[in-house]
Amino acid sequence: MAGKPKLYYFDGRGKMESIRWLLAAAGVEFEEKFVETKEQLEKLVKDGDLLFHQLPMVEIDGMKMVQTRAILSYIAGKYNLYGKDLKERALIDMYVEGITDLMQMVMMLPFSPAEAKAKNLASIEEKATKRYFPVFEKVLKQHGQDFLVGNRFSWADVQLLEVILAVEEKIPAVLSGFPQLQAFKTKMSNVPTIKKFLQPGSARKPPPDDNYVATVMSIFNLN
Amino acid sequence: MAGKPKLHYTCGRGKMESIRWLLAAAGVEFEEQFIETNEHLEKLRNGGSLLFQQVPLVEIDGMKMVQTRAILNYIAGKYNLYGKDLKERAWIDMYVEGTTDLMGMIMQLPLQSAEMREKNLALIIERAKTRYFPVYEKALKDHGHDYLVGNKFSWADIQLLEAILMVEECKPDILSAFPQLQAFKGRISNIPTIKKFLQPGSQRKPPADDKYIANRGKCCLTSVRFHFPQLLLKYL
Repeated sequence: MAGKPKLYYFDGRGKMESIRWLLAAAGVEFEEKFVETKEQLEKLVKDGDLLFHQLPMVEIDGMKMVQTRAILSYIAGKYNLYGKDLKERALIDMYVEGITDLMQMVMMLPFSPAEAKAKNLASIEEKATKRYFPVFEKVLKQHGQDFLVGNRFSWADVQLLEVILAVEEKIPAVLSGFPQLQAFKTKMSNVPTIKKFLQPGSARKPPPDDNYVATVMSIFNLN
Repeated sequence: MAGKPKLHYTCGRGKMESIRWLLAAAGVEFEEQFIETNEHLEKLRNGGSLLFQQVPLVEIDGMKMVQTRAILNYIAGKYNLYGKDLKERAWIDMYVEGTTDLMGMIMQLPLQSAEMREKNLALIIERAKTRYFPVYEKALKDHGHDYLVGNKFSWADIQLLEAILMVEECKPDILSAFPQLQAFKGRISNIPTIKKFLQPGSQRKPPADDKYIANRGKCCLTSVRFHFPQLLLKYL
């Protein structure tokens, strides 16, 4: 029952990437089993391993957990990255949900039809700079602490760093109006577990390329 | 600071309905402020009440909470509907995420063209019958308890009843092959707080009609645009 968590997903970021980030930030080693074909996915479904027939799936502590948010909440709770009480948890949840909405836009970008890509990218830039980043810039400015919630490292910090880097990959100067976030990015990147995750050779996945998009599309018959 | 929670949303189900269900089931009285014009929404935005410029907004315990799941998590935790430990919470979360996905599909229907609606309705029925309901049917059958998790009433039970009733509105005989769920529906509907919520005159909202869609389209255009990427993910 003890043993490393085992992640079942495609060999790419997608919905599993936030889980990889959180485990890595918590200093938890994990294994990965990559699903590469429709047949492999169907086998997992047939064997009853996927509660709702979907990935991500993470084997952890004797459970075959599915549903990204459920998995993330469990890991955050288990490794004390979820605040000290209900109200801190509420703040972490609000921040994480906002970040997830932005991350979702970035995640879907490679799957947009060619003619919509430029528009969707502009939308990401607009939402990042007008809706999401200003919130976290203000939070950090107002309390002057290193971390978003409760003066303590939490799931919210991990997820904010993740989305900053993901958006920067598409829009390199996106933090130019956000000095607090620039400092935050540096500080969080230097947290030892995160620093390790950001180095080549870690379990962090590269941005989606055409091959990844083609794999996902074929597994779900979307092409 | 004490005082009833105050819900800000349009006068319809949407993303606020699960919050109404949870508060009602927990026996918590709440007030509602309905957003009926774009001006009202803009006023909330400009006033800084909406962290990410979106509703639902619930004023509760001195917080202006946004993001549906954050709000639901908080209410569930506060009113002891979230299991007794991390593992029970994990199961509740998994079950709730499943019903949320199913209800999310149904919520999109009125916003779609007639052709898409017909196609997606068929998909919803298929998913309910082959992907979602079998999971809860099996869970109840395997442990033989009245409630989904930990032999105790929880958020998962409330959300499952909500989902069942919503799917039944699409297809009245959807539970015909699910005896456990039929019994579950009967039991949970008779819990006093829920029974009260299911009666006419409660704060439960009716299914979306054309007038609601027309109005909502005026106020909340951006959220429709946002749904698009999530739509794709739900259908995978």
